[in-house]
Amino acid sequence: MITLEHYLFLGAIIFTLGVLGIFLNKKNLIIILMSIELILLSVNINFIAFSAYINDISGQIFAMLTLTVAAAEAAIGLAILVVFFRNLGSIEVNKINQLKG
Amino acid sequence: MILYSLTFYLFSSVAVLSALMVISAKNPVHSVLFLILSFVNASGLFVLLGAEFLAMILVVVYVGAVAVLFLFVVMMLDINFVKLREGFLQYLPFGALLGIVLVIELGILFLTDRSSNIYNNQTPLQPIVSEVENTKMIGQILYTEYFYLFQICGIILLVAMIGSITLTLRDKGGVKRQNIDSQNTVDASTAIEKKKVKIGEGI
Repeated sequence: MITLEHYLFLGAIIFTLGVLGIFLNKKNLIIILMSIELILLSVNINFIAFSAYINDISGQIFAMLTLTVAAAEAAIGLAILVVFFRNLGSIEVNKINQLKG
Repeated sequence: MILYSLTFYLFSSVAVLSALMVISAKNPVHSVLFLILSFVNASGLFVLLGAEFLAMILVVVYVGAVAVLFLFVVMMLDINFVKLREGFLQYLPFGALLGIVLVIELGILFLTDRSSNIYNNQTPLQPIVSEVENTKMIGQILYTEYFYLFQICGIILLVAMIGSITLTLRDKGGVKRQNIDSQNTVDASTAIEKKKVKIGEGI
């Protein structure tokens, strides 16, 4: 019998894998962007599981909003990556120190 | 019901394994392909939950657009990926520790939620029962109750589009462009020059 908890655990595992991906691939900006996509996917799984659980369609609308924001974020992130590579010839995250922050 | 459970375990295990491969694959192209696999399996889970429209949107938007964009960038840029892998194992113990702590904490959170009896978690999860289909239901609520959110979504996408275009637009020198202002301000006194040409000579 599949209950809400199964889906929540699945979301938690995928979320953790996404966070872990950011930690492990500290240098590769592309993998970091993909890890963010994984995190947003786990959020979507939770939204839709709760939507089915409370028998309300609104959760699916919010999952759609997450999807929109994820697509916009991927587009802007990759554009910044391309500009960064053009300027420095590398996508190493630890070389991003132009702002001297 | 047993078939539902088996399908859930199949889809979720493949999704988790491919998510693991996304963060551990040596080649970023393989990472993108595993990301696609993970998203396809997640959309299978969405179908199990009765969100067919979201499942199809996930396949179209992620597999069709975002993943292809990632692939395009990975292949377009000439990046030394071997160099970027250096120090991968260096962060593994710390990252694994953090991941285990996070999973355990989230698990404890769900389990205490069950014992607190606020709501009963032990009912099997069923798709929303309704006479109209999923897509129609979403349409009925999206264009009425959540209309402003829908409009804001459009604005977010517009801003993302303009932002990425202006970021990557490169102004190359030596391109001849139309200058409308200088074209409009031209009059006869500046455009035409009268010369007196002597007979038998050029200008």
